[in-house]
Amino acid sequence: MSDLLKFDLLSASIALKNKEFSSLELTNAYFEAIEQTSALGAYLEIVKDHSINMAKASDKNFKNGTARPLEGLPIGVKDMFCTKDIKTTASSKILENFCPTYESTVTQNLWDDGAVMLGKLSCDEFAMGSSNETAARGNVINPWLKNIKMSPGGSSGGSASAVAARSALAATGTDTGGSIRQPAAFCGITGLKPTYGRCSRWGIVAFSSSLDQAGPLTRTVSDAALMLNSMAGHDKKDSTSANLEMPDLMNYLDKGIKGKKIGIPKEYTQDGISDDIVTFYEKSINWLKESGAEILPVSLPHTKYALPVYYIIAPAEASSNLARYDGVRYGKRNEAASLDEMYEVTRGNGFGEEVKRRIMIGTYVLSSGYYDAYYLKAQKVRRLIKEDFDNVFEEVDYILTPSTPTTSFELGKKQDPLSMYLNDIFTVPASLAGMPGISLPVGLDKLGLPIGIQLIANSFDEPGLISTARVLERSAEFNFIADGAAK
Amino acid sequence: MSKKESIVDIPTVNKIARLSRLNIPEASKQNLTNDLNNILGFVAQLDEVNTSDVKPLASVTGHKLPLRSDKVTDGNIEDLVLKNAPESSGGFFVVPKVIE
Repeated sequence: MSDLLKFDLLSASIALKNKEFSSLELTNAYFEAIEQTSALGAYLEIVKDHSINMAKASDKNFKNGTARPLEGLPIGVKDMFCTKDIKTTASSKILENFCPTYESTVTQNLWDDGAVMLGKLSCDEFAMGSSNETAARGNVINPWLKNIKMSPGGSSGGSASAVAARSALAATGTDTGGSIRQPAAFCGITGLKPTYGRCSRWGIVAFSSSLDQAGPLTRTVSDAALMLNSMAGHDKKDSTSANLEMPDLMNYLDKGIKGKKIGIPKEYTQDGISDDIVTFYEKSINWLKESGAEILPVSLPHTKYALPVYYIIAPAEASSNLARYDGVRYGKRNEAASLDEMYEVTRGNGFGEEVKRRIMIGTYVLSSGYYDAYYLKAQKVRRLIKEDFDNVFEEVDYILTPSTPTTSFELGKKQDPLSMYLNDIFTVPASLAGMPGISLPVGLDKLGLPIGIQLIANSFDEPGLISTARVLERSAEFNFIADGAAK
Repeated sequence: MSKKESIVDIPTVNKIARLSRLNIPEASKQNLTNDLNNILGFVAQLDEVNTSDVKPLASVTGHKLPLRSDKVTDGNIEDLVLKNAPESSGGFFVVPKVIE
């Protein structure tokens, strides 16, 4: 039993500065936790020697008084981030031996700020999935129920499972349509998808480039603020990166929400939401009201079209992005007599079923004769969805919604692709509009599974999103620890 | 082209698989056809939305793509570029023979 696992990112950072323990001790405690929870399958790769070296360097910096913002804090990295000389597979067979020769901007930012890397975390293949079941090396398990194997959500399922199981102090994730927020909700942790453009996409394995965004998965809202401070920033290597300074989010933890207006969209209270989630959604509304916010009903009329738009645009962009896996420049190759056959068998064998399905859909909607009817139409409706948000943010400061329609489900139980897609019904709209969203745990359902609530802010208002989420976090007092967490 | 004509059948799956350079085993073609039809049927609800005066939205950044001067910023990394290639020779990627 290690007391060190009780510290969250922020409190561990303070304890390290006060020399209550060393980064090496903390890092070793996490390696014990990784071993103890290995049956969850969260880690694809651990890099112990590398971690120990980083921890020792951090301890030297503490000694010399040159500690950086994340000095000595051991974190996990979703396998979508390229890490120099460390295998990066995007959970795909086609990249099973890929070892990047460069580091993604976001992870470099974390190491430059002193963070210690524990290893690479599983995810859905190329981040395409909502249950972590499309991972080539098998699904990850949600640590909340010991007797039933529940999904950690996806695509950042390994990241969420590891943070909930306390085998990582925090983890990076990527979110295209909900891949940070939905697994955070399923695993009872905090997940923040920043505004599109806040974090550089350079060195992140590309899925849907107009939607992909990196963000933190952490135990608390303060931890998310601390970690996003380091992850975000302008990057010349990503042309969509926002050239906008982000204020220090740690200054916004206790700003409160007096006088702020919170919108409750009527389109997010539909059939199919579990009763327990409805109960906690109503509680959350009341908590914000009691803390001084004004609650207003709002309408985002095109909400029901968000998923159809997403399942045209994301596969279209994916079919183009994944064309690079050709068995020539990197990745696995299956030999064949001609070049075209080599492409076909390499890609046919290297990609999993869901990835192939999305490439097929994407190719179809971009193909001659169908482009206008599907892809162009989806881009037009995407504008209407964005305008819905723009209009609502004229009236209110933040939008409160459930993160997911249900809590976690049992692994292997959802076979139909469409029913899987419906998991992201509350997270996809903000992704299409490029707006930041955070999911935080507010309670448990009857089975003892975590319930997540989502707050959405206007573009680049991460500071206000943090202030509001902190108020909700304090009211909810979610102090539960997953049954399967490391002890 | 209206979407009524765009119901996917196995010949269409073959064509899309070819365009995607994906080898799809015969045994899984029927399932894939059904999945694609379900998904395309689901997204077809966008037809309800009147978009006659709406411009397509391709990017939410709100900024113009930045330009930089056309200068080489790195180079001399041939080894790194070829490092992950399944097959390379003399500084080149090797592919199956394409010219008879």
